[in-house]
Amino acid sequence: MNGRNGNLLEVRDLRTYFHSEDGTVKAVDGITFTLKRGETLGIVGESGSGKSVANLSIIRLIPAPPGEIVSGEIIFDGQDLLRIPEAAVRKIRGSRIAMIFQDPMTSLNPFMKISRQLMEVTQLHLGHSKAEAYEHAVKMLETVGIPDARARVDSYPHEFSGGMRQRVMIAMALSCQPELLIADEPTTALDVTIQAQILELIKTLKQTTGASVILITHDLGIVAGMTDHLIVMYAGKVFEQAPTTELFARPGNPYTKGLLRSVPDPTHEQGKLYQIPGLPPDLARLPAGCPFAARCDRVQEICRREFPPFVQLSSEHYSLCHFAKEVYDESAT
Amino acid sequence: MTSQPLSREALLKIRDLFVHFDLGRHTVKAVDGVSLDIYEGETLGLVGESGCGKTTLGRAILRLTQLTSGQVFYRDQDLAHLSKREMRRQRRHLQIVFQDPYASLNPRMTVGQIVREPLETFGLARGKDADARVKELMRTVGLSERFIKRYPHEFSGGQRQRIGIARALAVDPDFIVADEPISALDVSIQAQIMNLLDKLRREKNLTYLFISHDLRAIRHVSDRVAVMYLGKLAEISDAKTIYDDPLMPYTRALISAVPVPDPAIEARRQRIVLPGDVPSPINPPPGCRFHTRCPYAIDACREVEPPLVEIKPNHFAACIRISPEQPDIEKVAPGDAPGLSYAASL
Repeated sequence: MNGRNGNLLEVRDLRTYFHSEDGTVKAVDGITFTLKRGETLGIVGESGSGKSVANLSIIRLIPAPPGEIVSGEIIFDGQDLLRIPEAAVRKIRGSRIAMIFQDPMTSLNPFMKISRQLMEVTQLHLGHSKAEAYEHAVKMLETVGIPDARARVDSYPHEFSGGMRQRVMIAMALSCQPELLIADEPTTALDVTIQAQILELIKTLKQTTGASVILITHDLGIVAGMTDHLIVMYAGKVFEQAPTTELFARPGNPYTKGLLRSVPDPTHEQGKLYQIPGLPPDLARLPAGCPFAARCDRVQEICRREFPPFVQLSSEHYSLCHFAKEVYDESAT
Repeated sequence: MTSQPLSREALLKIRDLFVHFDLGRHTVKAVDGVSLDIYEGETLGLVGESGCGKTTLGRAILRLTQLTSGQVFYRDQDLAHLSKREMRRQRRHLQIVFQDPYASLNPRMTVGQIVREPLETFGLARGKDADARVKELMRTVGLSERFIKRYPHEFSGGQRQRIGIARALAVDPDFIVADEPISALDVSIQAQIMNLLDKLRREKNLTYLFISHDLRAIRHVSDRVAVMYLGKLAEISDAKTIYDDPLMPYTRALISAVPVPDPAIEARRQRIVLPGDVPSPINPPPGCRFHTRCPYAIDACREVEPPLVEIKPNHFAACIRISPEQPDIEKVAPGDAPGLSYAASL
């Protein structure tokens, strides 16, 4: 049973706002994308860009109040998750859509044996008996590469290292063979050799299960090797959206371009790093015009006055900029 | 920036440095025999995974952590054996910038007071002179002097790191340990702080020990790079060489694991994925500490502690399976350990 056009997930004009005394923070303000089965989408942005709020909105985990999904559609396999009852969403969450977060300790219960935490998932969603669930838990730990899985399944989370806890969380997320895996900074807290293990694991599991993945990260190196499509967010808006190779080869937005140039590339000798000046804007007090205007190296009068258009640059490439075409053309040379 | 001329003078000479933490029944061997020169005017990058001892080494050099044994020569004076009072006087020349700028700034002091405090502590300036100096320092690190009466919580992470840098610079030091100074910052802000540190180094002829787990940042800011694993140095050379031609198997895996922001390179890269985790520094493995994860380990690696030897000119590595005659681990005959006889001949 495929969704419209064979897409697993279609997000249309999603807006998530937070209401506070300081005013309304438009954390996510109009994002639209589609994700095909088996594809990996990367969402990159700095803190406050809205990338994590976007992810939490998709699985309807926005605390309300103060949060509110103001508008949009989240069509998962033909069904709008924003227009079905909470109970139905809960059934999908954890089984057909699973999540892994940056800090495994936020999703693992420190007082519960790992076996019990893994068993809960399949007893709830797959109707496993206790014995079935236990065997499944051992199998999942083996799948994610925990040595001596059977001997260690009854450990508590604190008895595992950071990398192993991350594996346990991945095991839990994959227990019900989800069709969509949302990974929010899955390796940020890990060392680089452990990061390599986890990324390799996600790649392998994706190939064997055919799951789609949304990978949220601030690390342009990780998305370069892991994703098919990319969304670059800034101040709650999608600034650029394109197939990964095209976005790196030919960015069409000054923010993306600046971000790419400000990351040191260990394969090339570099002089002074390009630096984007200033700070990200206060989301409760966004200026008129383009939210990036104050930091942009090619800002013009119009940028401070008018909100930029979302310009289509090629069949799947969009950029939010008054001068998107010019930036795109310059990137080609 | 590439390799240092050999004639260059070492500002700091670290010899056989050990830092062990006694936990009653156990001993954590955080730094376990490190010798290292830091040349005047260079940035030495110190890289390694969590628990490798890099932060402890940086703190021990400044005596912010008690040394178990060893020497730290600063301009031919052994800091490790100075009295507390003498050390306090030397501290003027040796400063530190911390990872978490928020935790290292007193929340009840204004920026002006924070930057001014070291000036008064060391008797370097008072009254109007101190005021002028504080304003000058703020300008130097890119903070508007309008902020002088503000408190740390009113600033962003990157601005707080600038405050921490201004405080370190106040006493006009020679040497700064920068301990993960960009790890807590956003990507676009990291570039700002790296550029600022580099500019200050050139303008003020500073010497840095730049500690980070971020291999891309280390590559960018460092002249030379030292790689640490479980309390020991695994490899040291100039930055370009470490990244283009790593010799020791751990360094090779570490470099290959760094994600490169280029999809074309990522698509054809062969990653060396190491099995397992870094072992605990409480009971580090005997012999080479890396043998438990090393794809090239042979029996001798479990017994012999590999010395750090010069495999290629100015390129030191600790691995008994390679030697100057056979520096390429891929080409060593199975079971062969040419480094053993080479080390014996030294």
